[in-house]
Amino acid sequence: MSAVAVHNLVKQYKSGKAIIEAVQGVSFDVARGELFGIIGPDGAGKTSIFRMLTTLLLPDSGGATVDGSDIVKDYQAIRQKVGYMPGRFSLYQDLTVEENLHFFATIFKTSVTENYTLIKDIYVQIEPFKTRKAGKLSGGMKQKLALCCALIHKPVVLFLDEPTTGVDAVSRKEFWDMLRNLRQQGITILVSTPYMDEASLCDRVALMQKGKIMTTGTPQQIIQSFNHNILAVKAQNMYGLLQVLKQWNAIEDAYSFGEYHHVIMKERYDKKVMRQYLASTGYADADIHAVTPTIEDCFMQLMQHKHD
Amino acid sequence: MTEQPIIYTEHLTKRFGDFTAVDAISFEVQKGEIFGFLGANGAGKTTAMRMLCGLSLPTSGKATIAGFDVYKQTEKIKQNIGYMSQKFSLYEDLTIKENIRFYAGIYGKSDAFIKDKTAQLLQQLNLEAEGDKLVGSLPLGLKQKLAFSVAVFHEPQIVFLDEPTGGVDPVTRREFWNMIYEAATAGITIFVTTHYMDEAEYCNRISIMVDGKIEALDTPAGLKETYNAATMDDVFLQLARKATRSDA
Repeated sequence: MSAVAVHNLVKQYKSGKAIIEAVQGVSFDVARGELFGIIGPDGAGKTSIFRMLTTLLLPDSGGATVDGSDIVKDYQAIRQKVGYMPGRFSLYQDLTVEENLHFFATIFKTSVTENYTLIKDIYVQIEPFKTRKAGKLSGGMKQKLALCCALIHKPVVLFLDEPTTGVDAVSRKEFWDMLRNLRQQGITILVSTPYMDEASLCDRVALMQKGKIMTTGTPQQIIQSFNHNILAVKAQNMYGLLQVLKQWNAIEDAYSFGEYHHVIMKERYDKKVMRQYLASTGYADADIHAVTPTIEDCFMQLMQHKHD
Repeated sequence: MTEQPIIYTEHLTKRFGDFTAVDAISFEVQKGEIFGFLGANGAGKTTAMRMLCGLSLPTSGKATIAGFDVYKQTEKIKQNIGYMSQKFSLYEDLTIKENIRFYAGIYGKSDAFIKDKTAQLLQQLNLEAEGDKLVGSLPLGLKQKLAFSVAVFHEPQIVFLDEPTGGVDPVTRREFWNMIYEAATAGITIFVTTHYMDEAEYCNRISIMVDGKIEALDTPAGLKETYNAATMDDVFLQLARKATRSDA
């Protein structure tokens, strides 16, 4: 039995006269012990899915089970066995660190000591501030406390909605290290993020855009399904180089990618042809080399297909 | 003859009680530059930016923005800059045209200027038919592009962008950077913060703040060379890990 099984889930919202199709028939499975990522920008439908799976929102149609329990019929059972960390900080700001943790443990009829091993590595980092009010913590500490509170009843499935949004690169790395440790302890984790580079840290991911899943798989599978060659190109005048590349009929697409531009080549065109083309357009000195696609390249290619 | 820098700071400092949020930072930004202002959460970026925008008085040090003094000429500074962040966007329950008119009006632009430039802007964004739509009904990526256009609508000398592309899809993120390049080419100086390290590469120069100080300032290529790093991500991690001031 899957830890999470989602079948054709649909959710719409009314906004004045307009209907927003937040989730448009989404299906996926998460195996036990898996670290599963839902990757997509704001407005993809990530939060709506998390709220339906944690029984805080009813689907319009379709359904899902979490640890075998139905999200509509068995909502009480699900609430006992999942942990949920929403995107917005939602602990009690006027309770201390310690009080928040005890409060959540008590609600779930357990104690902090009973499952302390699970949160120990994270809690020791905020323990020096245990008498501080949660509202007075820094962003990084709030995040760690929220994670402890979501874990204290030893949930079967942990839902983390954009835990790393707006967080700097160092704290993001630390947070993902914590997730990997939790996964080792057998907890199934569903995490959402708008950062494409975090996909590679998940066992499997679903790439989402505008209410739909574009593809699901291991990061490796998704990268292997990218069916074009990519050349990375760099020159002195990057802006001019991109304009020149975009005018070339040998390419599918060209876009900036950090230090380089990524150029998606049409079939049968290679580095040699590009060197000739760039030499003829005043970029003889361009640095050109083949690269492996990243999840971000895949995401962009899938987005383009949706436009067609 | 070299031009006067558009942003100039010398030992700029801000203390809150005995906590030094910004610790004697000195740097210059030239007109038309795209300047990336990076740092870990809690490094002091927001406090520094608030001083540069004339929203917070420094404790000590000097700074001029577009030639105006951050102590005495804060109103002049506000008239000459634009600002946009991921959070402070446009009014969702006003239409596109109403938002433009509202912001341009605040900056004292004439009706004729607003009318001409609105038409031009809507055309650039391919929104000619949608000027009377509520901003709340637009997709996020478009909202952010519109917010940027509104932030530079009054033709400021500098625009401050605070994590402008957070949560935006990868295609729109690049379209957004195209707009930044166009604005910089037109002579508007760009001062931008981001958590996307690939975007740091799109800046002409970058500063990295650690514990209230500017620890490094150079071109992306120069920083990678100095820190013997393959990517900006590596540079950032090397520097930010030195932080002793904890945001734990």
